[in-house]
Amino acid sequence: MTAELTRIATGAPGTSSTSGTGWNHQDILDLDDFSVAEIEIVLALADRMREVLDRRIARVPALRGYTIVNLFFEPSTRTRASFELAGKVLGADVLSVTASTSSVTKGESLIDTVRTLRAMRTDAIIMRHSMSGAPYLAAEHTDASIINAGDGAHAHPTQALLDLYTMRSRVGDLRGKRVVMVGDISHSRVARSDMWGLAAMGADVVVCGPPTLLPRGLRASDRPAHAESAMPPVTIETDIDRALDGADVVMALRLQSERQDSGLLPSLHEYSQLYQVTQERLARAKPNHLLMHPGPKNEGIEIAGTVAAGRNSIIEEQVTNGVAVRMALLYLLSGRTESPGGAPGGMPGGEIRS
Amino acid sequence: MTNAPVLDGEALHRTLRRLAHEIVEATQGVEGLVLVGIETGGAVLAQRLAREIEQFEGQRPAMGTLDITLHRDDLSRRGFASTPRPTQLPDIDGRVVVLVDDVLFTGRTVRAAMDALNDFGRPRAIRLAVLVDRGHRELPIRADMVGKNIPTSRTDDVRVLLQEVDGRDCVVVVPGKVAI
Repeated sequence: MTAELTRIATGAPGTSSTSGTGWNHQDILDLDDFSVAEIEIVLALADRMREVLDRRIARVPALRGYTIVNLFFEPSTRTRASFELAGKVLGADVLSVTASTSSVTKGESLIDTVRTLRAMRTDAIIMRHSMSGAPYLAAEHTDASIINAGDGAHAHPTQALLDLYTMRSRVGDLRGKRVVMVGDISHSRVARSDMWGLAAMGADVVVCGPPTLLPRGLRASDRPAHAESAMPPVTIETDIDRALDGADVVMALRLQSERQDSGLLPSLHEYSQLYQVTQERLARAKPNHLLMHPGPKNEGIEIAGTVAAGRNSIIEEQVTNGVAVRMALLYLLSGRTESPGGAPGGMPGGEIRS
Repeated sequence: MTNAPVLDGEALHRTLRRLAHEIVEATQGVEGLVLVGIETGGAVLAQRLAREIEQFEGQRPAMGTLDITLHRDDLSRRGFASTPRPTQLPDIDGRVVVLVDDVLFTGRTVRAAMDALNDFGRPRAIRLAVLVDRGHRELPIRADMVGKNIPTSRTDDVRVLLQEVDGRDCVVVVPGKVAI
């Protein structure tokens, strides 16, 4: 209360957005519609959440009475656990629904599922789906907040934000930093969201992989004129040694074993010979480079075991930071929930309780 | 209905000096005392009180800051306003924590602060020191040490301006709109 008055007294700037802070998302679908200011809000808040997470008793009541459903149509360990913990640390009620892909398919039933969950007064739905765009469809049909926890090969915005947060906490300003992503760029939703986020923050993004695993349309020359902004600006490199040259951050991406049968690769063995991130290859990166991986990793294929556990690896830090970043996102979304019936946030009577 | 300060810079300084003495008197010395400022105004005041105490005790008390934003659950009513400030606390187990805030009003902030403290340990006692008590409590909470009692109307705005934040020291009361 007093802090608020001080802010009034000192004339803290307000903007035209509803919350007065530049945060204007009801859903988190991808990073392509995030402004730099919004990314900065998430990163600053994640810092505070990280501090809460490191407390002996990591629990605050900020989201009491807020209900979160994990709706996963695809398997996941870390993202799902991460969201569940994030919600619980903030005092929200979290439940997980594992929709088997056989019983719930696309179209009507997805919309129906989301509407049913909202009818149970769910405030936020964390959704993972094998089809690109599924969370967008869900968001159109409910006023619950939808968070995209990975849709097909399209986007994984919360992973990208935790990657940004982790890089920032280690190297500071990302402007001009050389961030190299190596692997199956084409099928990686992480890579796609990371590219948007990193481009927004001014990093120098390099993607590297065999030509068959680089998405079409990424090269400016491949791009039809009307699709100028459909892909973030990146440098493409098929030679891993050249890609790693002078890298500040190296991110290895998982090569899904099913790619072997897709005809895009001669063999996993050949792939690992040509594109595995190894200690020898990393000698070309800056000595204090950061080594990241969104997980789950296939050691011996896209990354050498010694590298994953090496001195420059911050893979586990990514996991811890993931909880903090998701706490920040849930907190931000909860501030914009209007429940039907007038009393915001489902608190009948609207009495301030703190 | 004037905006003349109820405490000017000099009076504010004198008041803080008295509060500093009262705190040490109540806790019988600096040993085992932890001064915890509630962000944002209280944190600045706690720093000032620590400097005062150091001057006459020759020892600086342990310090901490507490942000209670995440301990309020009326976020959904108020919306996201700003990023919380860091909470940094030393070991508080078995020590006497003196919570410091600029203005005591409804008591809800203090209650949230006590909730938060419980997650960090078990102090031997928690005391409350405020620069201004403006009345209108909504909870059974009172301050142990008060700089100045200022009778206000519920809609008034009590503003504590501090050198470190606002470039000058004073307390002003801005009258609220009269309800029709």
